[in-house]
Amino acid sequence: MPITREEVAHLARLARLALTEEELDRFAGQLDVIISSVARVGEVAADGIPPTSQAVPVTNVFRDDVLVPCLGAAAALDQAPAAEAGQFRVPRILAED
Amino acid sequence: MDGELTRQTAADLAAAMAAGEVSAVEVTQAHLDRITAVDGSVKAFLHVAAERALAAARAVDEQRAAGAPLGPLAGVPVAHKDVFTTADMPTTCGSRILAGWQPPYDATVTRRLREAGMIILGKTNMDEFAMGSSTENSAFGPSHNPWDLDRVPGGSSGGSSAAVAAFEAPLGTGTDTGGSIRQPGAVCGIVGVKPTYGGSSRYGLVAFASSLDTPGPLARTVLDAALLHEAMSGHDPCDSTSLDAAVPPVVAAARQADVSGLRVGVVTELGGEGYQPGVMQRFTETVELLESLGAKIVELSCPHFAYALPAYYLIAPSEASSNLARFDAMRYGLRVGDDGVRSAEEVMSLTRAAGFGAEVKRRIMLGTYALSSGYYDAYYGKAQQVRTLVIRDFEAAFEQADVLVSPSTPTTAFRIGERADDPMAMYLADLATIPSDLAGNAALSVPCGLAPEDGLPVGFQIMAPVLADDRMYRVGAAVEAALQRRWGHALIDEARGLDGAGR
Repeated sequence: MPITREEVAHLARLARLALTEEELDRFAGQLDVIISSVARVGEVAADGIPPTSQAVPVTNVFRDDVLVPCLGAAAALDQAPAAEAGQFRVPRILAED
Repeated sequence: MDGELTRQTAADLAAAMAAGEVSAVEVTQAHLDRITAVDGSVKAFLHVAAERALAAARAVDEQRAAGAPLGPLAGVPVAHKDVFTTADMPTTCGSRILAGWQPPYDATVTRRLREAGMIILGKTNMDEFAMGSSTENSAFGPSHNPWDLDRVPGGSSGGSSAAVAAFEAPLGTGTDTGGSIRQPGAVCGIVGVKPTYGGSSRYGLVAFASSLDTPGPLARTVLDAALLHEAMSGHDPCDSTSLDAAVPPVVAAARQADVSGLRVGVVTELGGEGYQPGVMQRFTETVELLESLGAKIVELSCPHFAYALPAYYLIAPSEASSNLARFDAMRYGLRVGDDGVRSAEEVMSLTRAAGFGAEVKRRIMLGTYALSSGYYDAYYGKAQQVRTLVIRDFEAAFEQADVLVSPSTPTTAFRIGERADDPMAMYLADLATIPSDLAGNAALSVPCGLAPEDGLPVGFQIMAPVLADDRMYRVGAAVEAALQRRWGHALIDEARGLDGAGR
């Protein structure tokens, strides 16, 4: 099942990537080739094989509940694209209507 | 001491400094001078921290003069991959979205280098967010292979591999997610090591694929790699996947360099079709060499390794699509289009479009696709099952053999630009390295000669079980020593890409 240009545009929206028309054309072709190639995993991944998300599993990692110094506002804001009154300044998050 | 300081191994430099024959400042200055002389051609570094490096070297010299206890690599310079955060140097990951970013803290690996008294010369180039096999995906231009400046140094840790191969630093750090230390090591004719997953800390390593990312060393000798491996590794409470286990005795193993009685498994699936003839020739000769050194050679099959590459190109992009969501133009990094009218979502989309390169965009969308409802089971879920099958293949193979071997890469270094427009061709560079990333076991690439058809270095990969990293150092050091006896010199001495760098 080929990946259409519309599907790529949908993926780009989901991934918050404002792609150009030219990029949509190029990525549609490339993603189609890649996805048809990686789909081969379906040939051997039969029912009943447990999935692995972490190859060297570590379970129940605890630490003592002790206070340690944290970053601090000045250091956290030092590299912010915009800051105001000791906080990150961000563009509006709600639509006007 | 004899010879140019930059031609020495890290072990020899450390011994000379400990003996008072040369100072850390002199060693550091020699490498900074070398960077000035050749990095215009190699382009290994994104940032050179000359003043800071000399200040750190002076501090080591003062500590030594005061009789303070110093680590085995104190005063030895290192080229640090630009994926590790550094509080006193920019960290860009080869991306426009992080251009000029100055992190507020040191990665655990960075901290360990400093605590070992090592001198960080600067930050090295890489494929953007470690996605690539050539450094061509760096937003700041590719690095060049010191064997032939028209060719790639491999990637993603290609800046570090080029720096070490060009004698700009005796040691380099890298990260391996699909082969990003071993492949650049192989194509630059040096040693590259992926430790056991969890053996080295990911804290402060800008994440690409968290279940795979593994920091490790690059060096010109197996012993030097072991020394850096030991210095940078160990349990870290700041990384929840860090293993609470002792670092395997890799330095002792590198000094032991003995393979007698060891069972060496040749993996049928990692070789033959798709592999360059000269690569196969040098690989086969090296297997014969191991047999002559007393190893027992076993042929064995790992049938699911053929599916490791497709599984990797679902798992890694899926994790990347999630990890790279943090680049949202709000707290650090680039922000584009914030005109007081556009919404946060629009600013985010414009920033990510302007800040990420083509390969990063491809992988974010590929991962977004594989994790989408309706496709998750067919892609990401199946890939995770294949990961189980690859682990089972390793388990069965390690019952018959103590280590497994293969060529490190299917080909020698390719030309800059040759695969840039063909993502699938680029992905094949990691064909032999990916299985160990999926399974989390340790693997090392050691130079095993030059391919006759192009005169470029070939890497010999040695894979060891989880937390048996020392075993591959034993084998790697034995191969290195036997080949140097045969050749009468180290392979890197034949590199002629730079004026004055060859023998």
